[in-house]
Amino acid sequence: MRKGLKWMLYGALPAIALSAASMAAAQAPDITEGWHALWEEVVWDITIIGVLFAVMTLYLLIRFRRSRAQENGSAKPLTPLAAFGWVMIPVFIFMADDIYLAAKNFELWNQLREVPANSYVVDVDSGMWSWDFRHPDGITETNELHVASGRPVHIKLTSRDVVHSFFIPDYKVKWDAVPGRTNYLWFNPKEAGEHIVTCTEFCGTLHSSMFGKIIVMEPAEFEKWLEANRREKI
Amino acid sequence: MSTRPARGFSIKEWVFTTDHKRVAVLYLVGSFAAFLAAGIMAMLIRTELSSIGPTITDNPATYNTWLYFHGATMILGYLIPALTGFFANYYVPLMIGAKDVAFPRVNALSFWLYFMGVICALLTFVVPDPPDIMWTGYPPYSIFSPGNTALYSFTVLLMGFSSIAGGVNLLTTIIRMRAPGVTWNKLNIFVWGTMGAFVIQLVFVPFIGVAVIMLLLDKYLGMNFFNATAGGSAIIYENIFWFYSHPAVYVIFLPAVGIIFEIIATFSRNRVFNYKGTVYGGIWGTVALSGIVWGHHLYVSALPAWLTPILTFTTLLISVPVGLLVVGLLGTLHRGSIEFKTPMLYASGFIFLFLIGGLTGIPNAMSSIYSQIHGTYWITGHFHYVMAISATTAVIGGVYYVFPKLTGKQCNETLGRLGFILLVIGANITFGITMYMGVAYGMPRRYYDYAQFPEVERLQYITTLGSYIILLAAVVVAISWIHALVAGEKAQENPWGSKSLEWTHTASPPPPGNFAKDVKVPDDWNPYDYTR
Repeated sequence: MRKGLKWMLYGALPAIALSAASMAAAQAPDITEGWHALWEEVVWDITIIGVLFAVMTLYLLIRFRRSRAQENGSAKPLTPLAAFGWVMIPVFIFMADDIYLAAKNFELWNQLREVPANSYVVDVDSGMWSWDFRHPDGITETNELHVASGRPVHIKLTSRDVVHSFFIPDYKVKWDAVPGRTNYLWFNPKEAGEHIVTCTEFCGTLHSSMFGKIIVMEPAEFEKWLEANRREKI
Repeated sequence: MSTRPARGFSIKEWVFTTDHKRVAVLYLVGSFAAFLAAGIMAMLIRTELSSIGPTITDNPATYNTWLYFHGATMILGYLIPALTGFFANYYVPLMIGAKDVAFPRVNALSFWLYFMGVICALLTFVVPDPPDIMWTGYPPYSIFSPGNTALYSFTVLLMGFSSIAGGVNLLTTIIRMRAPGVTWNKLNIFVWGTMGAFVIQLVFVPFIGVAVIMLLLDKYLGMNFFNATAGGSAIIYENIFWFYSHPAVYVIFLPAVGIIFEIIATFSRNRVFNYKGTVYGGIWGTVALSGIVWGHHLYVSALPAWLTPILTFTTLLISVPVGLLVVGLLGTLHRGSIEFKTPMLYASGFIFLFLIGGLTGIPNAMSSIYSQIHGTYWITGHFHYVMAISATTAVIGGVYYVFPKLTGKQCNETLGRLGFILLVIGANITFGITMYMGVAYGMPRRYYDYAQFPEVERLQYITTLGSYIILLAAVVVAISWIHALVAGEKAQENPWGSKSLEWTHTASPPPPGNFAKDVKVPDDWNPYDYTR
């Protein structure tokens, strides 16, 4: 019985791998939405804990304010069992929440770190205080990146001088550009539009002026743009 | 009780003093001077940010210097020295029934090293090439910077040596000089908090020392620790720097929460809830975990992919001991008899402000969330809630609490309350909106200007107004202290009715040598025993 199960699994593996690959190509996970969902969950989590504790504090402060009848506090020392319980129960509650959040985080983290197979690769060289973009076919731009909607963009990131950080607030993605290393991130521009990309690691005098634009175009228009720029280059 | 002959003020006596109470006062004066200078920077920064484009300076380099000085000085010059310099020095010997610290001259040395550190920080405004590398001093920028990185390194080193000397001294004092009867499980929570803070300092300060020395070697002697083109790595610095600088948060937090425990126990006239759970779980749990929390500062720089989820979990774990401390604070209120004098207002305020500060740290532990909020105003808001506001609430509340002991004078309650209310309002406007700007718009921190984020200009303006309310609060607090010093009513020996040694066994202010006769407490003595 066990052996049979094992063989069945082996048989299923290629099929699973195939379907996973085709799914990845067809549809990249929406990491921006994923971020919003996770954020919402965390905010609920900390708000509930915060409100619970705040209400308890308020209650205790009001309920046990000094009255003439009661000059001294009247808390009894805890029994060893109660003391142990008052450590272990909070520990279990806090740890359960920690494990839950860590697991939730792990899910989205894997998506953030796994670039979809069919992505459009752009090399980014950062320097004080601008971003240089290089398209797969050699077209270069500074502080403006044109991409097509509907296809994930894979940013390969490095720096020629100091540490910078490549941040697109609208897509909720960010990664540091570190000299001597190639870091990466990806995002999925679903619709045409313009988005700010800005530096979030202090990089000197004009740090706050180190920003540019991601210009997302309809695929057809993007093809035209590529064509025009290729011709310009020649 | 105090029959000391009245003496005039003598500068020589203060400069050469080895009395822990006087060294403590020197620390207090030094840290408030640092607070003043760094606070002025905060006001300049906030004013500059109130509108897009140049507001009060058209030179971003000037703004960056303000920012550098504000961060470095608030942490190294004000928070750590106020808590582990002033409070630890003043309280620890008095709370454990000792005549002084173990090494009084080392204590003086520790203060004067700190003093030199403050001078070094203030040289920022004298040298032609002020540092502009932020308090984190990340290379390679700190190597390339036209600013004076050496000044930064020496400031950190002097403060570090001061902390190590202070740590050796106070740990020895606590271990060796407790009065007969003051056993481990009867120590004040503040003494435990100080111990935890200094253990962290002794373990981790050498790391930041090494980091800033490597900066010096790279920048001035042509070495290549952080130079990628020569095989070095800037990431090494980030790791070493945060390996100290994250635990440094607990160096500030543990004594701060210790002060809050003292105030809450005294004004609730109640025993500390679950003493052993609070001490061994809360304080020592925080110390034990403090070394595995640094990783979240590097989530988006260059951690190996497999390490990040592990560090997410270890970072989240710090919520467990910190949660135990909050449970301890709340439990101490339970069945208490709470009186809302000024110190208690600050202590209750601390609980709420720290709830906000602590809980907004949870998203920061999560690498996936961090990819949006790293380096934004969210982080600025979060750590100002924890460090700037919660810790300062503990410092101000703690000074109000110790004031009668320190000076023999009583502060005016009305002024005390007014300052507290202004601080709470100002802090929440300023840092609440700061956090919102960071997460909702992605507004990055350390920005001189924000032309790419025109939608936050109105919020920035309101935040600046909020910071002026904090300024007003600081002025009211200062006035209340000066007023009490000059014209305050004479305080009773034990105005708060505390059961702790420093209030029950000596005069206010205590004479040199602290106690008229050697302290010995009976077996059933406890600093929180209000039932008898």
